[in-house]
Amino acid sequence: MPAQPFTTVSGRAAAMREDNIDTDIIFPARFLLITAKAGLGEYAFHDRRFASDGNKVEGYVLNDPRFADAPVIIAGANFGSGSSREQAVWALLGLGVRAVISSSFGEIFQSNCMRNGIVPIVLPEDQVAALMDLAEAGATFSVDLERQELGAEGLAPISFSIPPERRLALLNGWDETDQIVNQYSGEIEAFEVRQRQSQPWLYTREFAA
Amino acid sequence: MDMTKPRTLYDKLWDSHVVAELPGGASLLYIDRQILHEVSSPQAFVAMREAGRKLRRPETHLAVADHAVPTRARQGEIADPLARSQVAELEANVREFGIPYAPLDGAEQGIVHVIGPETGFTLPGTTIVCGDSHTTTHGAFGALAFGIGASEQGTVMAAQVLPQTRARTMKVELVGRLGPGVDAKDVALALIAKIGAHGAVGYAVEYTGAAVSAMSMAQRMTLCNMAIEAGSRIGLVAPDETTFAFIKGRRLAPVGAMWELALESWRTLPADDGAIYDKVVTLDLDDIAPQVSWGTSPNQTLPIGSAVPDPASIADPIERRETEKALAYMGLVPGQSLADIAIDHVFIGSCTNGRIEDLRAAAAIAGGRKVAPGVKAIVVPGSAATRAQAEAEGLDRVFLEAGFEWRFAGCSMCVAMNDDRLSAGQRCASTSNRNFEGRQGPGGRTHLVSPAMAAAAAVTGHLVDSRSLA
Repeated sequence: MPAQPFTTVSGRAAAMREDNIDTDIIFPARFLLITAKAGLGEYAFHDRRFASDGNKVEGYVLNDPRFADAPVIIAGANFGSGSSREQAVWALLGLGVRAVISSSFGEIFQSNCMRNGIVPIVLPEDQVAALMDLAEAGATFSVDLERQELGAEGLAPISFSIPPERRLALLNGWDETDQIVNQYSGEIEAFEVRQRQSQPWLYTREFAA
Repeated sequence: MDMTKPRTLYDKLWDSHVVAELPGGASLLYIDRQILHEVSSPQAFVAMREAGRKLRRPETHLAVADHAVPTRARQGEIADPLARSQVAELEANVREFGIPYAPLDGAEQGIVHVIGPETGFTLPGTTIVCGDSHTTTHGAFGALAFGIGASEQGTVMAAQVLPQTRARTMKVELVGRLGPGVDAKDVALALIAKIGAHGAVGYAVEYTGAAVSAMSMAQRMTLCNMAIEAGSRIGLVAPDETTFAFIKGRRLAPVGAMWELALESWRTLPADDGAIYDKVVTLDLDDIAPQVSWGTSPNQTLPIGSAVPDPASIADPIERRETEKALAYMGLVPGQSLADIAIDHVFIGSCTNGRIEDLRAAAAIAGGRKVAPGVKAIVVPGSAATRAQAEAEGLDRVFLEAGFEWRFAGCSMCVAMNDDRLSAGQRCASTSNRNFEGRQGPGGRTHLVSPAMAAAAAVTGHLVDSRSLA
């Protein structure tokens, strides 16, 4: 399914001042029994937003009306580490998040973001910390993927970088599977012919019991 | 590419799978094998169906239900309607797309990262993906194996390739020797404590050294399994005679002339002399004692003889903040001895430590002892085959007589998607891989340990150096 094309996004940013916010925190495992992709926003950060009695946790950033709909999250190092669950990204999308900023990301999460129209922006730790201060003060942020620039009220534009083919896919909302099938089928077939020659054992097994 | 330059194992695996170079520096990598499970694959199948795509090479896939399945019984209907429908959906999908499937009540069912190696599906020199971050495990065979998301699974189904950016390489040199009662799990934890939970982000990690060569495949798998907990998607060990002996004769392993041909190829995989790594980390095994995680990130780990850290004595503000947060969640007091921490649950199992060697190590401690009053201890073999092997060796009786529960295979309390989970405030000594907040159930507290350490905690009721019970 094609992702929503990404051009520019602007709005407030939710600052999460902790390292290692893993995908279990973003999307607790017990909700993985749901097989839908849509409508997962209500489970995003569930155990941070809600106490065990179901009441909202006072003071949690996403329970603050100023940040509940923020399209940007700024987090400590290693955001999205841990489990490969793409539900973490679908849940962020469900919250309306379109850009995440950190000094480092879990790599599978980072890739999942780009497959779903969320831009993961890597910046140095001190810059991330400064942006969190601005975010908490209520500044408006803007993410311009075309120019690969992050804007924040009162700051000169900060440039960031997204791999070129990923950027193009994000800008156009392309489905990566379609892109590959359409453009590289010939190369894939040629590879298989070569590999069948050099590693025939990968082609001879009957896998079915 | 310069073929005369000495290459690492990773370089060789990468180079042999490049289908095309993409504009901007990424490559299209051929994927030889994909493992599918009930929890992360449904949306990939939906995408296939919606786009009307064909599965390119069904025979390169292997499907199994492991994450959400109950472990108390294998017969009859799954009680949880959502889990039941996920398993039913997987079964319908594999039928529709013609994918080999290990049925829930069959002899080959088990955790994806346990059955891949057991069936011979996992082979050196291959690329293997799975919608599970612990796919790093298969790197123990000298395979380029990594976890992916559901969208990427769909791409592999349709095109058998993935766009990937080449990682930097990190050599982890293990020097010295593992002491008695010290496990590969302790090495994995000590390494993460040393380099951090994101110390290996962007790197493909290769474990090297005489200590690695001396390790069993189970130990190597434990080591590679935890690479993701240091942030690396890829953990590797060069294949050697131990690897080949493990694979030979397994159902999906090559046979006859094909075996000889494969062996010849696999022997060329280890790094060339003089191959350059982007980073080298050395770990001295002589210094490693059994480890215990005390916090909510796997790097928050210390040797069992230590005390819970005191945030007040930590100068770095971020580390202090992270320590305070972890201690509050874990309900621990600074300065308290790790060995004084009482536990009420023990979990032995998972793709990290659910293999026969792990069960033997736990049984060696549990034998002739009793689970401490108030402790619920469960043993969940990593696969049906592991369970059968353990029963043939009488390990089930050792555990049952000691008061452990003996379960059927699955991910169980490592991911807490079935009914094996902690309640808020409960504390578990666990052989799994993640001590994240809520990982074993909302509000549950996890201490990561080796199988022997978990068994020792079960019989004493608190964290304890298992070597004192050996």
